[in-house]
Amino acid sequence: MSQQQSPEPTRLVSPTETTDHSTAGEPDPFEHLRGTAGEEQVSLNKAERKFIRRRSWKLLVRTSKGVRLKLLLTALAVILAQACQAATPLIVSLAIDWGLPRVIDGETQGLWIPGGLYVTCAVTAGIMLFLYTRMTAEASQQMLFTLRDEVFRKTQELSLDFHEDYTSGKVISRQTSDLESLRELLDGGVNSLVQGLMFMFFTTVTIWIMDWRSGLVLLAAAVPIAFLGRWYQKNSEVAYRRTRISSARMIVHFVESMTGIRAVQAFRRESARTRQYKKLAKVYRDDMVRSIGLFGVLQPGLMLVGNLSVTAVLLWGGFRVLDGDLGVGALVGVVLATKRVFQPLDMIAMFYNSLQSATAALEKVSGLLEERPKVREAKNPALLPEARGELEFRDAEFRYNQDGPLVLKKLDLHIPAGQTVAVVGRTGAGKTTLAKLLARFYDVSSGTVTLDGVDLRQLATADHHRHVAMVTQEAFLFSGTIRDNIALGRPTATDEEIVAAAKAVGVHEFITALPEGYDTDVNKRGGRLSAGQRQLVSFARAFLADPAVLILDEATSSLDLPSEALVQEGLERLLGNRTALIIAHRLSTVAIADRVLVVDAGHIVEDGSPEELIAAGGYFSKLHSAWSATMGN
Amino acid sequence: MKRLGPYLEGLKRRWILGVFAAIGAGVVALTIPQVLGSLVDHLGDPTATTAVVWTAVAITLGLGILEAVLVYLRRLFVIPPASDAETSMRTTLFGKLIHQSAAFHSAWDAGQLQSRAIADLNLLRRFFAFGSLMLVTSTVIIIFGFSLMFRESALLGFLFLCAAIPIILIGPRFRQKFVHFSRASQDKAGDVATRVEESVHGIRVLKAFGRGDYARQGFVDEADELRGLEVSKAYTLARFQMLMILLPEGVLGACLIAGLYLTAQGDMSVGALGAFFTTAVILKNPIEGVGMLLGMVFMAKTAIDRHVDVIDVEPEITEPAEPVTAAEQGLVELDDVHFRYPDQKPEERDLLNGVSLRIEPGETMALVSGTGGGTSTLLNLIPRLYDVTGGTIRIDGTDVRQLSLADLRSRVAVAFEEPTLFSASVRANVLLGTGHQRDDDDAQHPQRPGAPADDQLEDVLTEALHTADAEFVENLPDGVDTRIGEEGLSLSGGQRQRLALARAIAAKPSVLLLDDPLSALDVRTEERVTARLREVLTGTTTLIVAHRPSTVALADRVALLHEGQIIDVGTHHELLQRSELYRRVMRPPAPSGQDLMDALDPAEAKPTSESYQEVRP
Repeated sequence: MSQQQSPEPTRLVSPTETTDHSTAGEPDPFEHLRGTAGEEQVSLNKAERKFIRRRSWKLLVRTSKGVRLKLLLTALAVILAQACQAATPLIVSLAIDWGLPRVIDGETQGLWIPGGLYVTCAVTAGIMLFLYTRMTAEASQQMLFTLRDEVFRKTQELSLDFHEDYTSGKVISRQTSDLESLRELLDGGVNSLVQGLMFMFFTTVTIWIMDWRSGLVLLAAAVPIAFLGRWYQKNSEVAYRRTRISSARMIVHFVESMTGIRAVQAFRRESARTRQYKKLAKVYRDDMVRSIGLFGVLQPGLMLVGNLSVTAVLLWGGFRVLDGDLGVGALVGVVLATKRVFQPLDMIAMFYNSLQSATAALEKVSGLLEERPKVREAKNPALLPEARGELEFRDAEFRYNQDGPLVLKKLDLHIPAGQTVAVVGRTGAGKTTLAKLLARFYDVSSGTVTLDGVDLRQLATADHHRHVAMVTQEAFLFSGTIRDNIALGRPTATDEEIVAAAKAVGVHEFITALPEGYDTDVNKRGGRLSAGQRQLVSFARAFLADPAVLILDEATSSLDLPSEALVQEGLERLLGNRTALIIAHRLSTVAIADRVLVVDAGHIVEDGSPEELIAAGGYFSKLHSAWSATMGN
Repeated sequence: MKRLGPYLEGLKRRWILGVFAAIGAGVVALTIPQVLGSLVDHLGDPTATTAVVWTAVAITLGLGILEAVLVYLRRLFVIPPASDAETSMRTTLFGKLIHQSAAFHSAWDAGQLQSRAIADLNLLRRFFAFGSLMLVTSTVIIIFGFSLMFRESALLGFLFLCAAIPIILIGPRFRQKFVHFSRASQDKAGDVATRVEESVHGIRVLKAFGRGDYARQGFVDEADELRGLEVSKAYTLARFQMLMILLPEGVLGACLIAGLYLTAQGDMSVGALGAFFTTAVILKNPIEGVGMLLGMVFMAKTAIDRHVDVIDVEPEITEPAEPVTAAEQGLVELDDVHFRYPDQKPEERDLLNGVSLRIEPGETMALVSGTGGGTSTLLNLIPRLYDVTGGTIRIDGTDVRQLSLADLRSRVAVAFEEPTLFSASVRANVLLGTGHQRDDDDAQHPQRPGAPADDQLEDVLTEALHTADAEFVENLPDGVDTRIGEEGLSLSGGQRQRLALARAIAAKPSVLLLDDPLSALDVRTEERVTARLREVLTGTTTLIVAHRPSTVALADRVALLHEGQIIDVGTHHELLQRSELYRRVMRPPAPSGQDLMDALDPAEAKPTSESYQEVRP
């Protein structure tokens, strides 16, 4: 009955579907809200709010692709289910006013028709609700899945300049806590919300059918309920936010005290921190009690309005029954329905908060999805099956954003295949920019960068990745085994090739000494590696990838002595005959380079072999003598 | 349950009041249909007058208001004391945990403890304020409701009972299954989150090797499993919901037929029939709820067990029964000190395997690790963050275990290798070991003669920041009042380390322990700090873990720790001469090249276009 969804998610945004706002001729009034820019905006005017709502809504519509029929069926099922459930008071009143006289007259249809109707309604409601619950889950989970994948893909696709100002924490919370709040809503909230509203709607309809005057009473009751609802909505939003803030404070204090326990104890802050925690816990307690208290007013308030309505219906109806204008059965039915009509309201109120946070989440997620990567593959990419590794920068300039300063100024640089080039210079001089342009983390603002004569912007992404690999200073390891981590360089590699790569950079012995060798989980006890060891594993990874061009951001300040020596050996073996650009931090690295570039303020100020530069007496020669001085005392 | 007695003391009376309010509300709700029934019966009587209607309306109105008031009162009675109980359990737990040893905390993950302190206790509050109370109330109301139904018609009542019993029985079983799926999907959601975190933190690697698709495949697989679990969970729910409608409503259909028949026979009044159905509607909720409430009892029990698990652990490091006092001079003696971590394998040697060392008052001693490590551990033993597993550590001639903890830890201050800062102002962080932001009755703040007085704190702060070359704080948005840490401004590793160093200095201890305090600093900063430290440290006994010669330069003498023992003590030059191991360890390393580069002006020095920002907002 339920067809299995294919695990391959549908791609949501086709390039033609999204409007490229940068090419739009007229100024964009919502420029400041595009993408993730509007996230921190606290107060929005009406038009802005509408813009964001529409964006979220569009996202929902897009995501529903492929499950729309199911959603339609779902809607039918819930309508039928709730209509049937709401009809029961109607049937009871029918039984009393129409059936009972017939039964007394001995006509059995007076017995079977209401009874049969009642059972039919019950069975229909049961089955429809069953189908509804299943189908909503299938559809909403499919949508959520598509959304998850979409965000993941987008995150991977966005260029690094985006990741640099939109911190990792934010990206992660978009993908976890925001999607989690959507999940929470889908999990229970939506069901209760839709079912409750439908139930109320149909019950109201039956009341109008049975006795329109009672319907008027209901209408009057809607006024205080609306006020009560509005009051609750306004206050609970504030209370909810306050509780979240105070609970976050309490949690941070708790976690910091526990993770920093040595500092707490060494500086005798146990009592002071406990007192502080007491205060925070008290604030949280007060906020929470206040927040619960709001509901504690809302629920009896709704109940009171409901009961007053019942009384009013009873009063008005009772007199009409006396006058003979209304059947006793109709009165019973109407009172029964009035008693039930407000029941779902407190449920709906309870889910109001989760609706709120889900809406906020969707707004942020839709903003993230609106971001467009700056670095994109060309429409008709040039293929480069084999690369020699010849690099050239021609008139290359770079700035981080349109009106930012030039970080790289008019660079002309030719690196023949197989050359090892060390780049030195002060922090912020533009060394890393060279590397990032080669790895295509960014594109040049003007001029070109070519590999074997092919402009990197035209080069097929897959070929670029195969030929140019960058080893970053973080040496990030993914959870999983050491083998998996090395294999990341080339997922198709055999075990022998992985071991060979590890041997080549000199990390094999260390790995085999681990409790489970190559199968050691890097996140488990005993698998934790030192910074130097991690760096070596990442070398093995790069070795396995076997790129023609290797870019290395070599940072060693965190390494202790033995690891530093180890890494140095591994590095030399990794370099081999490749073209290499090394952002050098150590003299030993510079020593193995064929050529040294000194970069300052976005310019190459010195260029030559180490010996030449030392002889020339410039910055590098000063640097070299300073280096030698510290080395040889 | 008994263990929670003290916390629940204030709750008991109000809980009982709450139960009464809840039962009252339930009974009132059930009485309204009775009034209605009798009204209908009276209206059926041809002699009925308006007085009948008025009476019924008056009673319904009264009961309706009473119901709302009672529901309001139930929360009013129970929520505040239950929240107080929750809060006091939470703070008691915190107070317990903060006195637990570092060993305890390395065995217990902070996240684990936090879930016990927050989620579990939230659950307990809900159980005491709502679950337990509603369980009692629902039971009473169900019994009362059934007796009313039986009064109206024994047959109808019996029929309805047939529907209720399976619901109450099936409820918990369904719940179990549901909880199973929701745990599984929570775990899966955790896995998905891990994938996400890695893909974001490792984005540079993924981009560099073009492995975005590969990472995505792993993610998609996990996310698909999560989807599957969520759907299975919904299937379980769907079956249960169907049952919850089919059973009672089906039986009510049968009741309708039977009721009509009985009424036609004259065995039951029309009013009673109406009342029966209204009662059934009211009873549906508590009947459905009982299963859930029973489930809550089990969850609460687990939460209590988990709470007791943690709270029952006795702290390993305790105050001496009769603390000894000793005149403060700053003498540190280690006498055949052994230490091993509890999770060390039995065949491994003790991490510290008989360390003996004497540091004279006012002396600066560097501790250099040959091989085998243990230097950081050794530092932790002195202020009793861990206790020795053999031998003795004496300060000022007294075993550290004989001194009161507050006394001991006020004589000693540590700058840890991993600088932990707290979410507070720079001032509060640096003055952590002083009287700053302490209550007057804080027993942990013994007024030693050497400790800075409260009116000297500003000077102490300035001096400590200067010594540690941490004057960068003046450029922070609010200077020394800038909030840092998790909830505030994030600082670079070097900045944090300098603040941690300033913190140790500001405590003005007689024994200062520095664990490689300059490792994250660049050459020039290190030089400055070293020079200033040398001045400040005069008169303070200092043990400094050193990995490089520049740090050793601070010390009068050097102790070489090798395979768990001190194998040599002497000046830097003496050791260089006589110890091969020391020479190897202290071989001057390649300097941190970037610092050197930054220090030198390039040939054509121009201001750089992109200024280096250490502080990220």
